[in-house]
Amino acid sequence: MNIFLVLTFSGVALGAIYFLAASGLSLIYGLMDVLNFAHGLFMTLGAYAGYEIATRLPSSLGAPTLVILAIIGATVVGALAAGVTELILIRPLYGKPISQILITIGLDLAGVGLLMGGFGSTALQIPVPLWLIEPTHIGGLYLPNASFLAIGAGVLVLIGLEMFLALTRYGIIIRAGVENREMVRALGIDVGRAFTLVFVIGGAMAGLAGILYTIVFSGDLVSPNQGDSLLIFAFIVVVIGGLGSIRGSAVAALAVGLLQQYTSFYIGGHSGWAQIGDLSTVLLLAVVLEWRPRGLFGRVA
Amino acid sequence: MTNAVEISDLHVSISGSHVLQGVSFSVPSGGVTALLGRNGVGKTTTLRAILGLVASSGRIQVLGNEVSGWPTHRIVRLGIGYVPEDRDVFSGLTVEQNLRLAESGSGAQYDEVFSLFPELKTRGRQRAGTLSGGQQQMLSIARALLNHRPLLLIDEPSKGLAPKIVSEFAGVLERAAEHSTVLLVEQNLSVVKRLAQRIVVLDHGEVVHRGEVVDLEDPTLVRQLLGVAGAA
Repeated sequence: MNIFLVLTFSGVALGAIYFLAASGLSLIYGLMDVLNFAHGLFMTLGAYAGYEIATRLPSSLGAPTLVILAIIGATVVGALAAGVTELILIRPLYGKPISQILITIGLDLAGVGLLMGGFGSTALQIPVPLWLIEPTHIGGLYLPNASFLAIGAGVLVLIGLEMFLALTRYGIIIRAGVENREMVRALGIDVGRAFTLVFVIGGAMAGLAGILYTIVFSGDLVSPNQGDSLLIFAFIVVVIGGLGSIRGSAVAALAVGLLQQYTSFYIGGHSGWAQIGDLSTVLLLAVVLEWRPRGLFGRVA
Repeated sequence: MTNAVEISDLHVSISGSHVLQGVSFSVPSGGVTALLGRNGVGKTTTLRAILGLVASSGRIQVLGNEVSGWPTHRIVRLGIGYVPEDRDVFSGLTVEQNLRLAESGSGAQYDEVFSLFPELKTRGRQRAGTLSGGQQQMLSIARALLNHRPLLLIDEPSKGLAPKIVSEFAGVLERAAEHSTVLLVEQNLSVVKRLAQRIVVLDHGEVVHRGEVVDLEDPTLVRQLLGVAGAA
């Protein structure tokens, strides 16, 4: 029973990371129909930005301050990278989905290549405070502290995005744009500015996901391809949840995270077939699409 | 008298079909000009071309500005209220949020809109997708009237609505036309006769008649231009 609870806890934490990775992707696709394959690069850039901040700033600042600055820095770098990408590369290509896919894949490959050139292909270690590595003892369970960080960030982002979309003028513009972009323009609203903002928000979420994934699930190691492997699960989550739905992404991320943890342990652990966790998420995707082709919360096209 | 809209030699092709083939007409400032014609002759496309929602060639002047090639939001900000054919309210947003999106600057006339459509005030928190067809049309018209725009482009406001509601909307548009220029696409000739002073008739992507609304009293002309009996 204890193992099941620990698995559940780490599944929720993994789900929180998947949600962070998927929410930006889902928003960007929902409003702009852009399948952004550079999202993986934004996650990796966030992680490397975090690494640079945590290793270059004077250690006299203290590990807790450094890790907080690393998380903030990762988020800002992700946002900036995405904003610049939208303005320079995506903006001239609206309405040309194939070109967008090719250019974002190209950007991702080039970016990852540059990171490999600059930092090498071996994983780098981010120094984190001891309390992030230690577990907390609750009711007979030892729960990793880093997972609390991931879950907290996931919940805050979910609430923050929902409030932004429900209450602010830009949030309402974005939701209206997901439904009917043309009519938003016909009300005199510059949808282009909302597009850039969505990219910036999506990039910020990606940067945050990148650094938190590093801290929570990859043993504080940063490597050039980590964003791309995370991106695959982000896409699975977005499709299961329904393109464009933040709530859908949250539910799907939780489902994927839990399923992956349970199957990895209960099936993979006994059979020695470690990839069963990854495979199970693809199976879940297939089942959901058979049952609801638009995903759990997908809108009618 | 200056013209609110001037169109000359407007061509639009949509997926290979030449929908507008050199349309020219003008909409004088003040009053209601009705754009008439059978189904599929390009009336809606003409409105969409004025708004920059479809690619076109030719000249379009709106409120004194040459707007060909402008992005839609810039054209609309010159002072256009638009009621599209299918209402196009944002179904996932509440009535309040739909209206909020239509606000421009600080000039939103909520009191006036709510006095025209009190139901929109009481249903402020309801999702627009759950409104009836007539209520959605109210919302769509309210959006266009919220800011006292000098030019209103209104596409078939009576489509699919019960006669009582149509007459109510006609009254609202009559009041709106007191301070705005209206370009109205409408199939219901009794509405046209009640509201419009001038008519422009399209057929096969070209203007085939420009005149006064009294021309609609001539049954032969109506049958010839619109293919319907003129007794409406």
